Amino acid sequence: MVMLSCFIKRELRLLARQKADWLNPLLFFIIVLSLFPLGVGPEPNLLRIMAPGIVWIAALLSVLLAAERLFKDDYRNGVMEQLVAARQPLLSFVLAKLVANWLSTGLPLVLLSPLVALLLNMEQAGFIAMLLTLLLGTPLLSLLSVMGAALTVSADKGGILLALLILPLYIPLLIFASAAVEAASMALPYQGQLAIMLAMLLFAMALIPLAVISAIKLNVS
Amino acid sequence: MFKWLHPFAKPETVYHLCGRLYPWLLCAAIALLALGNIWGLAFTPPDYQQGDSYRIIHIHVPSAIMSMGTYSAMAIAAFIALVWQVKVAQWSVLAIAPIGAVYTAIALITGMAWGKPMWGTWWVWDARLTSELILLFLYLGIIALSGAFSDRQTGAKASSLLAIVGVINLPVIHFSVEWWNTLHQGASITKFAKPSIDPSMLWPLLISILAFKVLMLALVCLRLRTAILLNEQHRPWVKALAGGH
Repeated sequence: MVMLSCFIKRELRLLARQKADWLNPLLFFIIVLSLFPLGVGPEPNLLRIMAPGIVWIAALLSVLLAAERLFKDDYRNGVMEQLVAARQPLLSFVLAKLVANWLSTGLPLVLLSPLVALLLNMEQAGFIAMLLTLLLGTPLLSLLSVMGAALTVSADKGGILLALLILPLYIPLLIFASAAVEAASMALPYQGQLAIMLAMLLFAMALIPLAVISAIKLNVS
Repeated sequence: MFKWLHPFAKPETVYHLCGRLYPWLLCAAIALLALGNIWGLAFTPPDYQQGDSYRIIHIHVPSAIMSMGTYSAMAIAAFIALVWQVKVAQWSVLAIAPIGAVYTAIALITGMAWGKPMWGTWWVWDARLTSELILLFLYLGIIALSGAFSDRQTGAKASSLLAIVGVINLPVIHFSVEWWNTLHQGASITKFAKPSIDPSMLWPLLISILAFKVLMLALVCLRLRTAILLNEQHRPWVKALAGGH
């Protein structure tokens, strides 16, 4: 527990000092969102229909953008090597990465969502559904992107490879999240989709940290 | 049982075993493929609804089944590779992956060719088609990951890890026809119920499935042999095999 809070404090301090790491993905999120009305036309009804998909795709891309730098610095300056060499349990390090990643990329997306709803002419029901799916979905995005980043940290061509690895794993989440928002905007019940998203999140929470730990070990050794 | 399995962790034994199995498997695959496909394509009665165009089932269904079957084989190999650190299992993950990717691509392409006359469109974004496409991306990701590291062994291990994570997609593909009400028809053959397909069409289909399975095994033997030689090239037994200098 002490280790965990130490690691979380360290991560947050690093984030506070390297603001570009988490501000750039957010800016990217807003820019991608603003490109869609320019690309498909500013028709309010069309935007309202497309809003769930647009928001989720922009969220996936911005999380992906943040994922690339997740372990890079710690790998280059030898922190990860020291952790593995010191035979410390890596779990608290991984959990701290997860928490910091969600706080810096997932949570801001949730906080930005009212603005997004205004920009895309969403109705209240659709907006609430979008908020709930983002709350449930962004931790899962963090889990998957931490795993992808850990797998590719020592790879030569990390960036594009990371996208190839984790975007397919994002797809089920994308399907359920946009289905929930779509159902909500048609005033249909969407608890089912939320329940499946929660199930996916809990399942991933239990298993993905283990995969991340073994990925770190095989990349460092 | 483990005592019996133990010699097979040694690359040399596996190399010779694959070499012995390969010609038999290849001959069996060609014979079964010829039998199943000629029977299915030329000698079965046309479907009462779909006419002659259903005959593509004899390629589509076996490759779709094997796209998932190959993935499970690869995932089992990956599990063995990571848990017991068996090198041959690591190499076999990379030997299996491209075969599975090709089966998935065949399933997708024949599915598109079948969809055009039946559904009137090459592609629909329906659950089964989308999840099969994700499977193809997973295979490609595994292949790409293995090539991204300067150390070949790290690449193999990372690919094994990704293969295990991707197993989550298999039940999604398998049950997508039941979970979502989609355009794709339900399963024609099930283990427990009477198949919804006429016996005259069923037999060539089963033979084709078996043929694709045996063909996969033959190709795995071939690729695994090459992988073993590549990874063990500095070992004495490989040098002796190559003519010993």
